[in-house]
This record gives sequence, C-alpha cells and structure tokens, in this order.
Amino acid sequence: MDAKREPLIEFKGVSKTFGTRNILNCIDLSVYEGEVTTLIGLSGTGKSVTLKHIIGMLKPDEGQILYRGKPIDKMSKKEWNDYIGQISYMFQNNALFDSMTVFENVAMPLKYTTKLKKGEIEHKAMARIEQTELTEVADKYPSEISGGMQKRAALARALVTDPSIVLFDEPTTGQDPIRKNAILSMVAEYQKRFGFTALLISHEIPDVYFISNRILALYDKKIVFQGTPEEFENYDHPFRQELIGSLENLQEELTGLYSKRHFKVRYQSDLSQRHPDATYAAAVFTLEEMDTIQENLGHDAAQQIIRALGSYINKHFGAVGGFSSRQTINEYATVLPYSDIEEARRIMEDFTRDFKTNALPELEMLITNDTSSDDSVEINILAGLAQGKPQIEIESVMEFARFNQEPIAKFMCQSGGKK
Amino acid sequence: MSDESTVKDSDAPQFFEKRKPLWIAFFDYFGNRTLSLNNNLGAMAIFFFRSFFMMFRLKTIPNIIEQVYFIGAKSVQIVLLVAFFTGMVLGLQLYFVLVKFGSVGVLGTAIALTLIREMGPVLAAIMITARAGSAMTAEIGIQRISEQIDALSTMRIDPLGYLISPRIAAAIISFPILTAFFDLIGIIGAWFSACLLLGVNSGSYFYRVVSSTEIDDITGGFTKSIVFGLLVVTICCFQGYFTHMRTDSFGSKSVSLSTTSAVVISCVMILISDYVVTSFIV
Repeated sequence: MDAKREPLIEFKGVSKTFGTRNILNCIDLSVYEGEVTTLIGLSGTGKSVTLKHIIGMLKPDEGQILYRGKPIDKMSKKEWNDYIGQISYMFQNNALFDSMTVFENVAMPLKYTTKLKKGEIEHKAMARIEQTELTEVADKYPSEISGGMQKRAALARALVTDPSIVLFDEPTTGQDPIRKNAILSMVAEYQKRFGFTALLISHEIPDVYFISNRILALYDKKIVFQGTPEEFENYDHPFRQELIGSLENLQEELTGLYSKRHFKVRYQSDLSQRHPDATYAAAVFTLEEMDTIQENLGHDAAQQIIRALGSYINKHFGAVGGFSSRQTINEYATVLPYSDIEEARRIMEDFTRDFKTNALPELEMLITNDTSSDDSVEINILAGLAQGKPQIEIESVMEFARFNQEPIAKFMCQSGGKK
Repeated sequence: MSDESTVKDSDAPQFFEKRKPLWIAFFDYFGNRTLSLNNNLGAMAIFFFRSFFMMFRLKTIPNIIEQVYFIGAKSVQIVLLVAFFTGMVLGLQLYFVLVKFGSVGVLGTAIALTLIREMGPVLAAIMITARAGSAMTAEIGIQRISEQIDALSTMRIDPLGYLISPRIAAAIISFPILTAFFDLIGIIGAWFSACLLLGVNSGSYFYRVVSSTEIDDITGGFTKSIVFGLLVVTICCFQGYFTHMRTDSFGSKSVSLSTTSAVVISCVMILISDYVVTSFIV
C-alpha cells in the first residue's frame, strides 16, 4: 500500500556524523500525510537528530530529505519558508521561554509570524490554552508550573499556528502514567481534530501503539523497521531483544495489565497445550464514547477511568488465573483459560457489583472535583463474554464477545475541565 | 638470556607521540591560534552585519524599547555613581598637580577635556559592560543551552532579529546618552572636590569647562561611545549565542566561561579601539 502512496517526508540515504561519531548511517524512512508516525529507538541512537533534520536545524552529511518529492536543500527561499511554516516542533525539554508567561509563550509564534491583530492573537492563544487545560496558569511563568503543565504549554505553543506537520520529541518524558497516556491521547485527539501529520519520538511502548498509524524503528544507526504497530508486534529481528526488551514493559504502566504482545504470548503458552475440546472464557470491556469523555472531561479524567477499569478487571479476573490486556485506547480483553462461560458470568457479576459500589463513587468524586461546569457527561462501560476453544483464533472469540456486549456500568460526570 | 627474549626498543608500544621540534610546536600553536582568531573575527563580523540589518523593522521596536530600558535606564545609577567619584578623584589629583605650576585656573579645561574626550566614553562603556553586557551573555547563553534559540528558529522567528538586533539598536541609543550623563556628573564631581572642598573658584571652573569644550570634542566622545557600544554588544551577544560551540566546557559552565570571556574581551577591546579611534579623530 505504501508503495502507491507518495510520502509527505522522505529520507533517502541520510547519514550524519558529529566529529568522529557516526549517528545516522544511510537511513531511509517515509512519513505519510495525515498519519501519526512514531519513531522508536534506544536513548542516544539519533532519534532527535533525525527529527532536527526535517526542520533544517541539522543538515545531512550525505543523502537527501524530500518533502512531497522535492529535496528540501534545493528549495527556493519562498518554498523553504512555506515548508517550514507548516511545521511545528515540540522539544524534548519543552524549550519554553522562561522569562515569559504561559500565555506569552503560546502567543509568541502568532505575534511574530502572522499579521493577526492583538485581539485575534489573544483569542487564538487562549483557545489553545483552554484546550490544553492551562487556563488557571496562563499568567504564570514556566518555572512556577509543574512539569506536566510545561509539557502542555509546549504542546499548546506547537499547535497554536495550526501546523500541518507536528514533530514531537519525546512528549511524554518525565510524566506519570496517567499524564503520559493523557498526552498521547491528546496528540491523537488533536491529530484527528486538526488532521496534521504527526511524527513523534516515544519510548512509551506499548502505549504508543494505540495512537500510531506507523512505527519506525531506529537501531544501530539505521531504520530497521517501517510499518504498522500490528506488523511491528510480529516483526522478528535480532534488534528486538535489545530494543523492545529494554523499552517494553511486561505490564502496561497505566493499567498494570499485560501488553498486547505479552497477552498473545501468554495466550499461546497457556492454551496451546490444552486439549482441543477444552473450553475457556473471554471477556471484552469497552469504555464508550472515549472522544466525548476526553473532550468534555479532559484527557486526565479519561485516563483515570481507563486505569480504574483496568485495575478492577485485574483484581477480579486475575485472581482466577485470567490475564488481560488493553487492546485499543478504550478496550480491554480478558482470557480466563480455566473457567467456563458460567463461571465467567458469575465473576462478571461480582466485578460489576464491586465496580459500581467502590470504583464509580471514587471516580465521580475525583473527576467532579477536577472540573467546574454544570454540564454532565454520561459514561458507559460495556462488557461481553464468549466461550472459546484453543484451536479457535482469539480474535474471533473476542469478536463474539464484542457482539455480546451490554452495559454494565453507567454514571454521570460533570464536565467543564475542557472545552 | 637468549636474544629472542630480549625486548627491543622497536617492540615497545608507542604510548607517546614523538615530540615535535620546538620551533615546529611554536608555529603550530600560534598558527592554530591565529586561524581560530581569524575564524572568530569573521564569524563575529557576519553575526554583527546580519543582526544590524535586521534592526530596521517595525516589529523590533517594542524589543528595542525593552532593551533601552535594560541597557540604558537600568545602568544609569551605577554609571552616575562611578562618574561622580571619578570626577572627584580627577578634581583632587589635577588640583594638586596644577597648583604646583600655579595653573589651577585651567582645572575646568583639564577636567572637561579628560572626561568628554577619554574617560567618559571609556569608563561608561566599561561600567555598562560589567552590568548589562555580562547579563546579556548569560541570558542568551542560557537561552542557547536550553534550546530556546532553536525553538525560535523552528517558529520561523529569526533569532538574530529577535535577540541581537534590538540589543544593537539599544546600545547605539544608550551608550552616548549614558556617556553624556557620565561627563556631566563627572564634571559636577570634580567641581565638588575642587571647588567645594579645595576652594577653587566655581565661576572660573565652569567658565573654563564651557569655553574650552568644542563641538569636535563632544562628537568625538560620542563617536567613541557608539563604537564601544557596538563592540560590547556584539562581543557579549556573540559569546552567549555561540556558548554551545565552546570546546573547553559544556552547559552552565560554558555559560559562566562565556560571560567571563565576554566581559574581559569587551574591556580589552574598549581600550584598544579607544586608541585606534582617538588616533583617527585627534
């Protein structure tokens, strides 16, 4: 499919050496329009260097960088200005201007690169500040706000000019699990809403799979993989032990559940030895209207619900030998290898009761405290069960469980934290 | 012992390079230093001219005003303080020299010409370097190492136009004004020590100050102050802007060393250029 599409940005045989240290050795990569592409690799392997080549902060020693098929080093001044004007760059350490307030930082690109009037600049900058939940700290200096807020201020500044390409250099570094996932989902949401092309560097494997259309793996000075997250999960290469082993946690940091890859490994190891006629139960849980929740309650609140759901699933289904994984940004799958459908139904009833009694009031309080408006958002959690056999593909069992889904928990939360 | 077991000189690992002859080492060292100096001067000239021509833009005006406040208005106190005591010392010293020759009457002339032609521009520039120049280097250096300057480039804001041009414009405005203040307060300081404390006639003093000062003296002083201003601001900004290129240190240490270099080089260059400019305008 990629062969038919023209890449938006393409590296052809790009090499870069600093002094005697070779960082990039003849790398080739493609970034496609309207997609979220994630560049992964170990620390110090040249990921930021790759990104800086795109924006012209570094020039390759060899090779070419093409934008819509045109080499960027052969662009006229006007073409270069048009090209660079479409790109925003979010730095790893935020690079906020420390002598300016959050508002001034966000408004700065508009003030100096557009002909907008003062009122329009203020309106646009404040809109981005509100979207990134920074209204209360708009008049504070970067040193007066938390690391997470600084990250969001940098994100607001990167998005204020409505760029068509946004380069994110490790946007989640130094954040707690909820905030990391909130930032990633914020990137995904803005990418969907504004349609920009995102290229991000991230170590958050597997969390980053949920928002990425394509994965690029940089290893030993070369791009060794380009493809979808699904293809990457099945990719077999010697670098995998080193790269994935060091980056990917056995359990997802946000939920404490298995990563998708480990879920599959566990599924195969637990069920391949079973008798072909043996049965097991599988459950699929879905948090409905994730986008609406994020939009109305904010990304942090959405991640808190995801986390609570994950930990309650683990508590109830893990105790009977079950193992679970987050399959998409708002969906969990659980396999109970030693339970039949009837036992699974009873566990589900216990889970539902416990979740409604203990988790919902806590979540309602937590989310309502964080927000201020009187509007409310309905949060709906669905669950479905299915029975499977070892010889049946797990995907078809999960599909059947999805088909059986019905609401198990519903609650209202006040919105207002975010427009 | 057999011959085979004997370690020969040629077998020994060459841990140390063979020392160069002294005369080659001498030329090597000075050659490298000269090339480095040459490169830096070239880079600084390009840095200055690119920044200078970006000064004439409407969007720079608010930044220029901000920098005039920082370089000019905020340096007034220290410049006036130094000017007053410099004037007092001059008044004192010149009085005791002139009294030996019975020439106390020309004290006003000596004070005015010394201050307006030499000491005013030089000392004002050195004081501004110490107060504002060092701060400029540190501020720009920190912006460099925290990638704020790179962030400007990615936002299509030319860092030279945004950071350096307003400072050059502010130096062109501030240095002559501060020099004028220095001259005025220096003359008053000298009057204080010579006339009020040592009893020189005030009328004669001020008459000599006014009558002996010509317009060429004043324009010469101002020319010097503008040259010093351009030198100081270029050197200080250059040191901060390229602090990451230092090979002797990194990070905050490089900012501190750049600040020290900026102040030392600026002061030396003020004195050297003072001689050069004086030799042209005298």
